[in-house]
Amino acid sequence: MLKDVLVVLLLSGGTFFFIVGTVCLIRLPDVFTRIHATTKCDTLGAGLLLLGLLVYQGLTVPGAKLVLILGFLWLTNPTGSHLLARAVYWRQQVPVETFDYTKEG
Amino acid sequence: MDELFIGVALILLVTIFVALYRAIIGPTPADRIIAINVIGTKAVIVMVLISFAFDQAFFLDVGLVYALISFLATVGMAKYLEKGRLD
Repeated sequence: MLKDVLVVLLLSGGTFFFIVGTVCLIRLPDVFTRIHATTKCDTLGAGLLLLGLLVYQGLTVPGAKLVLILGFLWLTNPTGSHLLARAVYWRQQVPVETFDYTKEG
Repeated sequence: MDELFIGVALILLVTIFVALYRAIIGPTPADRIIAINVIGTKAVIVMVLISFAFDQAFFLDVGLVYALISFLATVGMAKYLEKGRLD
C-alpha cells in the first residue's frame, strides 16, 4: 500500500516536471532560456519517473536496466545541453530578446 | 497500476507533439535541436513505460539504445553548429 502511494507520487511528479519543461519550451523568449528550462525539467522528470518505476519493480534484472538508463540520462542530458549552449554562444547568431549577454562590457 | 503507466505515457505523447511544434516553427537551428533532444528523452521514457505496462522486458534494451543514439545525434549537431564541419 505504501509502495503504491510512493509510485503514484513519483510518477505524478515526473509528469508534472515534463509538462513544465514543455510549457517553457513553447513560452520562453530566446534560445538560452529554453536550454536552461528544458534541461533541468527533463533531467528531473526522467529521474523521478524512472525512480518511481524502480520502486515499483524492486531489485531485479529490469530494475538494473532502469538504473543503467537513469545513470546514462543523468550523465548525457546536461552534457549535450552544455555543448549546444556553447555552440550557440560562440556562433553569436541568435537574437537575444531580454538583454544582450553575448557581448563584453 | 498498468492503467497509470499507460496514462502517463499518453500525457507524455501529447507533450511530445507540443515539442514537435517548437521543432517545426523554431526560428533558429538551436531551437530545433533543443526540441529534438527533449523529444528523444521523452521517447525513452515512453518506451520504458510501455515495457512495464505490457510486461515486455526487451523494450528496456530498445530504450537504452535509443538514449545512446539520441545523445550522439545531439553531440553531432552541436559540433556542426559550432564549427560548420564535422571533422
